[in-house]
Amino acid sequence: MNPTTSAASSSGSGIPPSVLQPSALEILPSRASSIAEAGKAGGPLNCGKTSVAGSVSQRACVFCGSRVVLYPIADALHIVHGPIGCAAYTWDIRGSQSSGPQLFRNSFSTDMQELDVVYGGEKKLERALLQLIAKHQPKAAFVYGTCIVGLIGDDVGAVCKRVAAVTGIPVLSVASEGFKGTKKDGYRAACEAVFHLIGTGDTTGISPYSLNLMGDFNIAGESWVVRGYLERMGVEVVATITGDGRVDAIRRCHGAKLNLVQCSGSMTHLAKKMQEVYGVPFKRVSFFGIEDMSAALYDVAKHFGSPELMEKAREVVREEVAKIYPQLRTWREDLKGKKAAIYVGGAFKAFSLVRALRTLGMRTALVGTQTGDASDYETLREMCDPGTIIVDDSNPIELAKFCLEQDVDLFIGGVKERPIAYKLGIGFCDHNHERKECLAGFEGMANFAREVHASVMSPVWNFVPRRATRKAEGLKPEGLKSVEPDLACGPQSAITNLKSAIVRAVA
Amino acid sequence: MSCSSCKPAVGGPPPEGAASEHPDFPSGSTNPCKLCTPLGACLAFKGIEGAVPLLHGSQGCATYIRRYLISHFREPVDIASTNFSEDSAVFGGRKNLHTALDNVGRQYHPALVGIATTCLSETMGENMPMLIGEYRKEAEERKAECGLGGAPEGSAAAGSPAAVVPFASGSEEFRNPHAQVRKPDRPELVHVSTPSFKGTHAEGFHAAVRALVETLAGDAARDTKLEDGSAAPVAIFPGMVSPADLRHLRDFCSPWGTAVTLVPDYAETLDGPSWADFERLPSGGTTVAELRALGIARAAVEFGHSLAIAPRTAGTHLKARFGVPLHRIGLPIGLRGTDAFCAALNATCPNVGASLLAMADPESPASRLLHGKPSFCSVVDSSGRELGLPARIAAERGRLIDSYVDAHKYLAGKKAVVYGEDDLVAGLAVFLAETGITPVLVASGERNRRLAAALFAAAPELRDRTEVREGSDFGDIEARIAELKPDLLLGSSKGYKLARALGVPLVRCGFPVHDRLGSQRIQILGYAGTQQLFDRIVNALLEAKQEHSDIGYSYL
Repeated sequence: MNPTTSAASSSGSGIPPSVLQPSALEILPSRASSIAEAGKAGGPLNCGKTSVAGSVSQRACVFCGSRVVLYPIADALHIVHGPIGCAAYTWDIRGSQSSGPQLFRNSFSTDMQELDVVYGGEKKLERALLQLIAKHQPKAAFVYGTCIVGLIGDDVGAVCKRVAAVTGIPVLSVASEGFKGTKKDGYRAACEAVFHLIGTGDTTGISPYSLNLMGDFNIAGESWVVRGYLERMGVEVVATITGDGRVDAIRRCHGAKLNLVQCSGSMTHLAKKMQEVYGVPFKRVSFFGIEDMSAALYDVAKHFGSPELMEKAREVVREEVAKIYPQLRTWREDLKGKKAAIYVGGAFKAFSLVRALRTLGMRTALVGTQTGDASDYETLREMCDPGTIIVDDSNPIELAKFCLEQDVDLFIGGVKERPIAYKLGIGFCDHNHERKECLAGFEGMANFAREVHASVMSPVWNFVPRRATRKAEGLKPEGLKSVEPDLACGPQSAITNLKSAIVRAVA
Repeated sequence: MSCSSCKPAVGGPPPEGAASEHPDFPSGSTNPCKLCTPLGACLAFKGIEGAVPLLHGSQGCATYIRRYLISHFREPVDIASTNFSEDSAVFGGRKNLHTALDNVGRQYHPALVGIATTCLSETMGENMPMLIGEYRKEAEERKAECGLGGAPEGSAAAGSPAAVVPFASGSEEFRNPHAQVRKPDRPELVHVSTPSFKGTHAEGFHAAVRALVETLAGDAARDTKLEDGSAAPVAIFPGMVSPADLRHLRDFCSPWGTAVTLVPDYAETLDGPSWADFERLPSGGTTVAELRALGIARAAVEFGHSLAIAPRTAGTHLKARFGVPLHRIGLPIGLRGTDAFCAALNATCPNVGASLLAMADPESPASRLLHGKPSFCSVVDSSGRELGLPARIAAERGRLIDSYVDAHKYLAGKKAVVYGEDDLVAGLAVFLAETGITPVLVASGERNRRLAAALFAAAPELRDRTEVREGSDFGDIEARIAELKPDLLLGSSKGYKLARALGVPLVRCGFPVHDRLGSQRIQILGYAGTQQLFDRIVNALLEAKQEHSDIGYSYL
């Protein structure tokens, strides 16, 4: 899949970046190397590091990485070993759905107190596990380590072993101490824990055309949507990891013939391990947007080398696109030329969103991620229109600065970004794991377009001070900006603004 | 605080089976009814003008707490982190703290940085007063290049007493004799110890308020009056209430004609208007100058039935250190709660209070404050005491009683489960008891063993009717609910799952409310705020009755 080719790309590139005023907001000098501009020469983006202290990163921690990945395994007991906060903040937090057990939507914690810190929390953890397992009868238990556990040296692994021996279910320690790296390290710890389950189930009866869905978390039923397409093609989905996840399915998932990895940042590590140990190949795909969803289905067909599968894939794509296309076209009329900012967790989602926005006639003016790597940012540089700001591990002040300078109409992010957008009078689409809208697959694209349209075209923006003020200043409305050549590629590019801001900051 | 863990069921019928159903209490929690201490500290710091909360620990703490607060207030909540890595956990967080303070200064130009610890830094035993003192010293030394405070170059004058370490050893004993003379263009650094394994968000909140007062309050202005020439204010420590309640408190107090300093005051910072331009730090909040002048406050009023019996609070500090008279009352919810608040205001403003009681002397200073009209009247409170009230307030009080009467038959015999912070649930339970609703279960995630005593002192009639559970969680509440069969749940949105399973209405108030709009505008304080809450409660019960009726009467 070549991310730079896009049939719809030309529609966005006709709209030049209309940089208004350089914002007076300052960028920390130590953050400057993590910001780039598409179409401009520059070295690789500084990324993949721990956040700058005091910069108000939008990232979370190792624990968060593990917790979000494993959370949707519905019939497992998830217990957080530590003081109450980490468990409280992740209680029923994701929009992940289960077709059966709802156990995962509870928040279990050892609620460590001062004496536990002094004398160690192993006994308390063991008691909690035994009692909760007896009460809830889960198929497995995950024990998440928090900062404090790493510090006081509780031997969580030993406790897990003892409890597993008594209860007869897998009890897995997740090494997710918050300070031991970044969210990415948390993904890795989650993969390590899940890997212990894999290979312990019976694989008889699995079809030669079979795969596991990895890195889809069944937000608002998304795994079911994708699973539906695959089953219509005649492909068996052995396990969904972890959306609507089941311990027994994961135990036998090494019998699948392919791993389809959607959220690659979180699950590639597991896919690689399965390839090494069980010889299951993997493909990185995305289910967001018409192009990427179609490409994913074709990739599956291609992988199995079956013309019949390919024909069925085409059929699915044809039928599904026909269902949503007329509506998309009418929305596109309204959205054409509008500008968007994207700030999401992983880079693969960002790629898909850039393309999906193009499908809607929109241009990406700012794109950033919490966990992208250097090659991801190179890809973004190539695929985005010149002038697009690209940023790693950003913070509220930077995001606000670029939103203002790029004068965006829409922000795609999560709950932490929402108030930045709303306060500045910018439309917003929640594409984070807390959302309750299905945005994957073809129907997800229609939902995405509906949500974007609903926000961008809302009458409320007529009244917000920032836009009202602009009207008063006699600036032309959005649609007319593209015909103003002096604004189009003026010398005052965003990166120039950025540099002047840095000079100011240092001075 | 003792961490021994049992869920004392006080005053009510013994919770049969509860103990055997929940032997897991010492071992863990199911669906918590509390949050961690640093969250409360961050919330309190958000109520100080130009303040940035800074958490000394892992990045996740700041981000999780931000997300949690943002989902409730729907406002930007910037919280910085010192962003510990494995190295800092091993070698100490000194460098991280100093870098973070530099960067927060550069980006936000804050008036105050509220530094709260986390379980990580507390377990490591970080010596915060020392680290902060070192930072101040170094900042002095390189003042030319450091942008902290956003001050014009050179304004951080050499020889400023800011170089003096303002904290004595021991995080709970600090005081700052020089606070009043420090240059206002350098950010104050206020430290509060908030280990998440000790206490709850409510305790973190109160600890941060206390730290602000202990660090900053002085009495240098005693002889010079306040900067704006106004008279000494009444300090109000309202606790964790909504921005709308804070705004209402200010309105409520205005007829008394006294300046009021709310600590903290996030009425604007966490419920602000749409912006014309980006605001690094939203406007509003208690100013540092107001905090410094607290030593000359004419009185302090502290809300919270449970806080009222806590040994050390912001109010007790002002009393002990500066001799500020202290009124410790419950949250002003319901008639009794709000009457007590009015009595406290009358006492704090003796001239006005006397005028109120003297009933409408049109020439009195208080009267003149109110457009020259005689605007006072006298009511008799539930204990038979005469209470002078401004006419507007008395009218609100009268309407509330009137609505109690209108609704009393709908509420007779109804049972409610109330959960949340100690002070909130105690205030709500006292109010419910006035209306005919029995709070059959009052549950708090706190474990300070004050709740039952505080509640039954305020509402003795509940002694045999209400079960009080401290250190509770929603797993615990769920186990009791089956037997108690409440008609209503009252508390945060986290009780939704239980209410749904039970098929009874949940009236949302307190923190957090993550599933409704306008959480920051839910009012419960004062006669008027109680009125809103009361109407919502009655209507929730009427709606439930209507919904479950086969006939669907359209008159109720």
